[in-house]
Amino acid sequence: MIDATILLGELAYWQQTSLRVVGGLAAVLLIAGTLVYLHLFKLVSFMQSRLGPMEAGPFGSLQLLAEVGKFLQKEDLVPRKADRFVFLAAPFVVLVSTFLLVVVVPWGPDAWFVDSDIGIYLAMAVSSVSVIGILMAGWGSASKYSLLGGLRATGQLIAYELPLILAVIGVVIQAGTMNMQLIVTAQADGAIFGWDGIGNPYILTQGVGFLLFMIAMQAELTQTPFDMPIAESELVTGYMTEYSGMRFLLFFIGEFATAGVFSAIAAVLFLGGWYVPGIDSDDNILNVIGPLVMLTKVVGLTFLVFWFRFTFPRFREDQLQKLAWKVLIPVALANIVATGILKVAF
Amino acid sequence: MALVPGLIKGLGVTGGTLLRTVFPDGWKKPIPNPVKGAETVQYPHEKEAPPPRARGVIALHEENCTACMLCARECPDWCIYIEGHKEKAPPRRAGGKPRQVNALDRFDIDYALCMYCGICVEVCPFEALFWSPEYEFSEPRIADLLHDKSRLAEWMETVPDFEAYEAGAETKVKKVPPT
Repeated sequence: MIDATILLGELAYWQQTSLRVVGGLAAVLLIAGTLVYLHLFKLVSFMQSRLGPMEAGPFGSLQLLAEVGKFLQKEDLVPRKADRFVFLAAPFVVLVSTFLLVVVVPWGPDAWFVDSDIGIYLAMAVSSVSVIGILMAGWGSASKYSLLGGLRATGQLIAYELPLILAVIGVVIQAGTMNMQLIVTAQADGAIFGWDGIGNPYILTQGVGFLLFMIAMQAELTQTPFDMPIAESELVTGYMTEYSGMRFLLFFIGEFATAGVFSAIAAVLFLGGWYVPGIDSDDNILNVIGPLVMLTKVVGLTFLVFWFRFTFPRFREDQLQKLAWKVLIPVALANIVATGILKVAF
Repeated sequence: MALVPGLIKGLGVTGGTLLRTVFPDGWKKPIPNPVKGAETVQYPHEKEAPPPRARGVIALHEENCTACMLCARECPDWCIYIEGHKEKAPPRRAGGKPRQVNALDRFDIDYALCMYCGICVEVCPFEALFWSPEYEFSEPRIADLLHDKSRLAEWMETVPDFEAYEAGAETKVKKVPPT
């Protein structure tokens, strides 16, 4: 990333914007590619004692290009009775939500896309846009599998958005700000009982919130214990059933890029973001190291997500809703109350 | 909350397999070497020897075949093509009448249709069909999967020898008279 304060002073608006677009594309596509290769191709294979793709490039590292090339060659089919415009637009709506999410994530003291005072609030708001895209896909496909998958996804995403947002509120109360950049510096400047060697990553004080966030994130991403919407044994692939070629690829990229971006948000909120202990938190070097630190944390957090995904079988629909409404939301509310009381007390 | 120990145990299973695959030498030599750790045999580069009685492909022992068509008739997907003609063979004993035997002209199995059920091997009354562990006989063109009797006879060499029955077992009476 390039020092944004210099950019703001010297570059024209269109130059800044195009740099931001390139940066956003890199942040979304590079992370999605890394996650697909590291986790979907290799991690799951090793967990099942196999090797995964090995032929394309060294250790199959070019397999991703082969897959993308395959999807681009495929015919872009539209069912005859589909609501054409809705059907064709749905994948883009899902992907737009991912790109809007990445906007608020800070990657270094000056490496950010938008330095907004409502950062995390904006992120939680735009993450709901993907629900509309998924419902569009489910309804527009004119297929019963797609419709059922779309409805299930909508019910699930709305149910798990609540614990997700409520888990974030604990962090917001503790940091006293919704600006993602300030949340990072609040953690960097914090101290654990007077010892400020590593700052105060909020996973220590908001451990419950972190657990809730990770569980709700797993459900928001419809990864396996919560993959009722795309349950392949009953719904083929749910709302993606009728999609092929390029548009299926967009859904696919959206899924993995969102996994990466949500992990980046979790890293900012709970693991201290781009901050490296021992370096002054507005040192220029962090603009270079910061993105790498964030990428490491993202890979680590998505490792947890995919470890869960590849281990557990699917929830039934009623178990899934019960977990959200009867367990996660009460616990999240109790966490907010406890955080609020402690914030006032200390 | 009662589910938590089970959840952790499950994570332990996949995580343990991950570690065993990536670090096959254990903690003393923590060098990632998944090629050694994984069960995968990277087939075109290294070959796995199938068990000797593996049912890979069906081989034909042409001398035993009498073109009786039983296999062709029992084949569920009609992938065996047999053509033969009758011819005279010298009498078995001196002064006897010349015998009439069926000579085999064509014995083809279409491996594009064959589903490897092995019914033909079972019904053959003259011990002419055998399972061979050979498995590399794919062809670029689907029509080339129709293999003729010379190819089927080649596979006969890979058929393992018949092992003697264990003591006390009911022995099989040969139906083919020695020629």
